[in-house]
Amino acid sequence: MNRQMMKGNEAIAEAAVQAGCRFFFGYPITPQNEIPEYMSRRLVEVGGQFVQAESEVAAINMVYGAAGTGARSMTSSSSPGISLKQEGISYIAGAELPCVIVNIVRGGPGLGSIQPAQSDYYQATRGGGHGDYRMPVYAPASVQEAVELTQRAFDVADKYRTPVMILGDGIIGQMMEPVTMPEYTAPAFDRSWAATGWKEGCGRERAVINSLYIQPDVLEKHVNKLARKYAAISENETMVEELYMDDAEYAVVAYGTTARIALTAVRRAREDGVKVGLIRPVTVWPFPEKAIEDAAGRVKGMLAVEMSLGQMIDDVRLAARDRCPVRFYGRTGGIVPGVREIHAAIHAMKEEL
Amino acid sequence: MAAPAIYGRPKFLTDAPFHYCPGCTHGIVHRLIAEVLGEKFEQDEVIGVAPVGCAVFAYNYFNCDMFEAAHGRAPAVATGIKRAQPDKIVFTYQGDGDLASIGMAETVHAAARGENITIIFINNGIYGMTGGQMAPTTLIGEKTSTSPFGRTAAANGNPIHVSEMLATLNGPSLIARVSVHDVKNVLNAKKLIAKAFQNQADGKGFSLIEVLSTCPTNWGKSPLEALQFVSERMIPEYPLGTLKEV
Repeated sequence: MNRQMMKGNEAIAEAAVQAGCRFFFGYPITPQNEIPEYMSRRLVEVGGQFVQAESEVAAINMVYGAAGTGARSMTSSSSPGISLKQEGISYIAGAELPCVIVNIVRGGPGLGSIQPAQSDYYQATRGGGHGDYRMPVYAPASVQEAVELTQRAFDVADKYRTPVMILGDGIIGQMMEPVTMPEYTAPAFDRSWAATGWKEGCGRERAVINSLYIQPDVLEKHVNKLARKYAAISENETMVEELYMDDAEYAVVAYGTTARIALTAVRRAREDGVKVGLIRPVTVWPFPEKAIEDAAGRVKGMLAVEMSLGQMIDDVRLAARDRCPVRFYGRTGGIVPGVREIHAAIHAMKEEL
Repeated sequence: MAAPAIYGRPKFLTDAPFHYCPGCTHGIVHRLIAEVLGEKFEQDEVIGVAPVGCAVFAYNYFNCDMFEAAHGRAPAVATGIKRAQPDKIVFTYQGDGDLASIGMAETVHAAARGENITIIFINNGIYGMTGGQMAPTTLIGEKTSTSPFGRTAAANGNPIHVSEMLATLNGPSLIARVSVHDVKNVLNAKKLIAKAFQNQADGKGFSLIEVLSTCPTNWGKSPLEALQFVSERMIPEYPLGTLKEV
């Protein structure tokens, strides 16, 4: 496909279709509406199914049904709607089903605002729903990256049989940027676990798509199996981008849209002679702990920049292990931090540390 | 030479022993469904969805691919399955708390969409698995662990007539209420369950069979008293019959 201007939400939807997603279940909420709207017409063209569900709760449970048959399935929403999906996400994690969930984050808590925010970090990276589980979470910083990570998300979901989240924000969803849709070929995955109709002697066990293990010792075994899977995901799937870090004396840590704004601030500070670099987690779970820990041993200080009161900073501090001080700059409530503000925060860090 | 078997375990039931209480009618309904499925379909043509509630372990009993859904979400799960596997017969098995309380939205909208699935709805007017709390279908006057003085409309709201409500929609092809408190009604229940599954096979769309059922344990009755309660108290509130047929 040629390079073309696409809105983030529509690009994510098309990337999913290119990745073989044929089942989408959604519910309207701003600022992600273009995803279900796009899917409602596009999936008809490719022989898929779109259902506008009666609620986000129903939508994620429709995903549970379709994903349980082994079909590539997706839902999308924004913060308050993602809260409603947590029940289903927990069940999907427990039943080990592959699917992709897109969260185009808006300000909160509560109904909050419809403006961009990163205040769902805790919810996205700490499970969100109940129980001992984890979920890979990709945080794209451009529309092009959103496309690539959406396709990767489907592969990772199938490889590990896990729900995977795309954690965007209102800017990623609403912004138009040039996009090249990658050539995509789905790898082959074992789907013998899927419920597609069974009879005695058909060569596999009867499928029971389930997260109930009523015997504590059996559930503990199951959860430990999940834990091994999460360890493998941490080992194999962590993604991070480091810019200007080779000689850096200071590091800014930011993800998603905020990382792009922070990068401009970093470049300006470099022009002022401040040796500052940028560490951008691309996966926020698994968090790039090693990159942060290594850098923390080399720099005088780190600055976490977020569109929230400071949530990712907890992970930065844990990974930095007190090897360097960690400072914070952020705006919340749907306010996007500007280059000038971040630039000033970098200088303030340099003055202090 | 052994005598030919005239009665046995349907192929749609596993050999796992039911965990249901003595006198509970879940076992009868499970068997009716299994008989109907076995008479009409191969095992690999059917996918079932178990609820949360006493029938949560239904996936251990129905001998086909099965899903266990979150509380009340079975119609949404079944929608996802049916959309992805349109050639399969997809059914849910749900109780009154699951279907008529927490899952009411999923039930109504699956019906309104005319989703081509079959729902078997067990109405025994109580939350059995959790120990006998008030259900949306609990009769006025009945004492439960959360309506200890007896249900009143003023304090606890009114019983919900699910089948009558769904029959007002355009989506469903068959809505019927049956009972399994005596042989005649058991045979009639089987007939309607068979019709519901046949409708799905014929592509006619959504069908729901409400089965008046017993819960001797949480009703505090003997099995026989429980059957009498169905005929004397439940049927007057929830009249039997076909409420909608297209």
